[in-house]
Amino acid sequence: MRYHPHTPEDVRAMLDAIGAESLDALFRSIPQRLRLSRPLDLPPAADEITLFSELRALSARNDTAHPPFVGAGCYAHHVPPVVDQLLLRGEFFTAYTPYQPEISQGTLQALFEWQTFVCLLTGMDVSNASMYDGATATAEAALMATRVTGRSKIVVSAAVHPEYRKVLATYLRSTGDEIATVPFGADGRTDLAALEKAVDGETAAVIVGYPSFLGVVDALPEAAAIAKRAGALTISVTAEAVALGLLQAPGALGADVAVGTFQSFGNPVSFGGPAPGFFALREQYLRQMPGRVCGATVDKHGRRGFVLTLSTREQHIRREKATSNICTNSGLCALAATIHLSLLGKKGLAELARLNYARGRMLKDALGRAGIAPVFSAPAFNEMAFDVGDAEAVVARLAKRGIAAGAPLGRWYPELPKAKGALLCVATELHTPELIELFAQSVKG
Amino acid sequence: MGNPTGWKPSMEKDAKTTTAAHAEVGAGGATRGIVHEEPLLFERGSTGRSGVSLPAAGGDFDPARELPAALLRGGVEGMPEISELEVVRHFTRMSSWNHGIDTGFYPLGSCTMKYNPKSSEALARLPGFANVHPLAPAELAQGALELMYRLERALSEIAGFDQTTLAPAAGAQGELCGLMLIRAYHQAHGNPRKKVLIPDTAHGTNPASSALNGYEVVQLSSGADGRLHPETVKAAMDEDVAAIMITNPNTLGIFESHIAEIAEIVHAKGGLVYGDGANMNALLGVARPGDMGFDVMQYNLHKTFATPHGGGGPGSGPVGVKAELAPFLPLPAVVKEGERYRLVVDPKERPQTIGKLREFWGNFGMFVRAWALIREYGPEGVAQTGKLAVLNANYLRKLLQGAYNLPYETDSLHEVVFDDKLQKAHGVTTMDVAKRLIDHGFHPPTVYFPLVVSGALMIEPTETESKETLERFAAAMKAIAEEAQADPDAVKAAPTRPFRARLDETRAARKPILRWSPGMKVE
Repeated sequence: MRYHPHTPEDVRAMLDAIGAESLDALFRSIPQRLRLSRPLDLPPAADEITLFSELRALSARNDTAHPPFVGAGCYAHHVPPVVDQLLLRGEFFTAYTPYQPEISQGTLQALFEWQTFVCLLTGMDVSNASMYDGATATAEAALMATRVTGRSKIVVSAAVHPEYRKVLATYLRSTGDEIATVPFGADGRTDLAALEKAVDGETAAVIVGYPSFLGVVDALPEAAAIAKRAGALTISVTAEAVALGLLQAPGALGADVAVGTFQSFGNPVSFGGPAPGFFALREQYLRQMPGRVCGATVDKHGRRGFVLTLSTREQHIRREKATSNICTNSGLCALAATIHLSLLGKKGLAELARLNYARGRMLKDALGRAGIAPVFSAPAFNEMAFDVGDAEAVVARLAKRGIAAGAPLGRWYPELPKAKGALLCVATELHTPELIELFAQSVKG
Repeated sequence: MGNPTGWKPSMEKDAKTTTAAHAEVGAGGATRGIVHEEPLLFERGSTGRSGVSLPAAGGDFDPARELPAALLRGGVEGMPEISELEVVRHFTRMSSWNHGIDTGFYPLGSCTMKYNPKSSEALARLPGFANVHPLAPAELAQGALELMYRLERALSEIAGFDQTTLAPAAGAQGELCGLMLIRAYHQAHGNPRKKVLIPDTAHGTNPASSALNGYEVVQLSSGADGRLHPETVKAAMDEDVAAIMITNPNTLGIFESHIAEIAEIVHAKGGLVYGDGANMNALLGVARPGDMGFDVMQYNLHKTFATPHGGGGPGSGPVGVKAELAPFLPLPAVVKEGERYRLVVDPKERPQTIGKLREFWGNFGMFVRAWALIREYGPEGVAQTGKLAVLNANYLRKLLQGAYNLPYETDSLHEVVFDDKLQKAHGVTTMDVAKRLIDHGFHPPTVYFPLVVSGALMIEPTETESKETLERFAAAMKAIAEEAQADPDAVKAAPTRPFRARLDETRAARKPILRWSPGMKVE
């Protein structure tokens, strides 16, 4: 067993030193009747060659020859090899939460840089050191809003990612807070008249997607104005963070909290996880923020350094009075995003965002030439719903050609007038003009 | 004990007393090296550089022409502008400021810092795993689904449960999930109940997860032997108690030997028994929580199954349950139908489900790594893991006994907790010992936890460490204990070797600087 360094002689010598007869004797504190009296029923041990051949065969049963045309909250982007090479440095990779700052400055400075990137892109004052994902970040933001305002109603746009709304419902079930869902209009943007009606003096927060699940650049400033008039917080949710390289920052449009995922930077889709959730907010709400946060300070010689700070909000100090129960977060995924954003820089991020916008437009034009029109008229970034006639049938047909075609909106919005035909598709820098043209022709059938 | 370089763990009191030619060496091999200062990415100013290579967009699509001006931003101000090599150096230099498992021994109690196999990393990066989209049609993702199915079966077997959900993102979310299941179960029986019993040795996440679930926390005192006693539970148990949360072995590394009796007491009043599986490493192949009366337990794959901790995550916190809780499990579930695998995502198929806990299907990347380890180990290797983890902890306990005070004499399993009682007589605290260990080249143990021990030093070596490494660590600990008597100020001056020492945490909290901004000054 290559990961167990003990020779039989080592084991004997150690047992002798301890004064135990056998390894089993070390477990005498476990009553005999509670012990397992048979070997575990697991497949027999595999050597490295067998292991690789088995898992290669298994991975090959996932067809990933073409970049997916489905996004819907998880986006396939190019990850420069630099990201992974740096990420795999054992000093980063095999460290844990930086409890001992003297020997964790690498992790800590990287987290400080992550927090800065999140603030720059979202236009917020403060960010934490990452969350599990966009969905739980959204739920935690809603819970925070109830603490900040002392109110118990969360108003959420139906155009916010359905998975995020499901998680929100799960988290709020035990707190008894109410969720009111506001529909979107024919253009795909949140119905502002309905929002105005739903928001009242009991509303803790208004949650809007930016861009929304439908790919639409939603009416964030208008929604924020409505929330503000009622004394509620505005939470903007971003799953495709590349959009923030082109679109105005949520913080500049009135959002009080910006949450979502930076999976698009440096992280593969990996069947949906792990990914770096982010959580950013205006400074006035800092003491109610969930999760870990890294801060700058000085050491005893006056040299700048970084530590985890404001831990009196957290579970290991505050226990049942903590702002959240989160402990382990997505540090490594946040590091991957930080490295990718460093490579991109100001110019590269703007370029990547424009490129994604252009590929989205190219997809729209190519499908348009094939006689397939978008479902919604509001401006979009790189993702749009198209009326393909029978979305599930198109998905099934293209799957036979090894293409993940899109997300049929009818799965989440059966009540939508065009639910049957609506297929949510994305194009990123991975989708070449040729591939987009081929896709449009295949969808047409 | 092999010592080819001939070094001895003797530490200089002051940097001036050693010459560069004969730097002294700590027990963990720590000596000197070149460490680079490195500014923040954002402190390099504008250079017009970039570190990426992107294709031309193609077509004539100008957002400035097509989108309302109010929606657009000119560019993200403050972003760095540096080349690829500069990025590589930046992060390479920063990595050298870190201590990871790959650097040296990392006996951080309750965190199970075992070796993270490199094979697992290569496997998780196979294109078929890394690039499969969560919403790809099932026929394009059969490999991913089969892997999840097999891992679910293996985890259920290892801890003795009927079913396991892979969805929770980390241990704390697993706890939250478990408590939601408990609430849903009681709700289905007519009353969600009000309280959760938690021993004083518990992780902070236990009470926080209970509170997040709307439960009042009742803390139970453990006995003089570090164990929870049936009479304590009996006195607190009534029909308002939804569950008891027990970590077994507990955070003192002690097996809760009365667990079966405690479970009976709780079950008799209709309550459920939750197991915090953070310390599952101790029991692998030896005993199963499901056979001891636990109804539900979360795994921490990043601990027990060696997936990388990565400076704070990601984790993965699958939750195993007995059949009576299975109807409430979160979505998705993976089912096998004939030779095909399918995700159950529609609540219509699981009408009693608590719903979704996170987006998509869980931290799949961690599933690949955990499954790879289980496959490589097989049943004997998994069982040997638990045994050697316990052997290592007991060997360290033996080596350190006498030099440090052992507050509980009760048998240890996978970790052992000492305290600073003997050192405090000389004014040296647990924090000083921890910082001095850094000078020797070791990551300190978990300190000041569990809370029931004043000045706790919680040591978990894990099974992947060799006898020699444990002996070197013990040598360092003993050298520090001796130094604490002979020259306490030398211990209190530690660490002297890292390029930062004793960072001012009070200052960080009082005047929080949590991001770079132009003109940022830290003084």
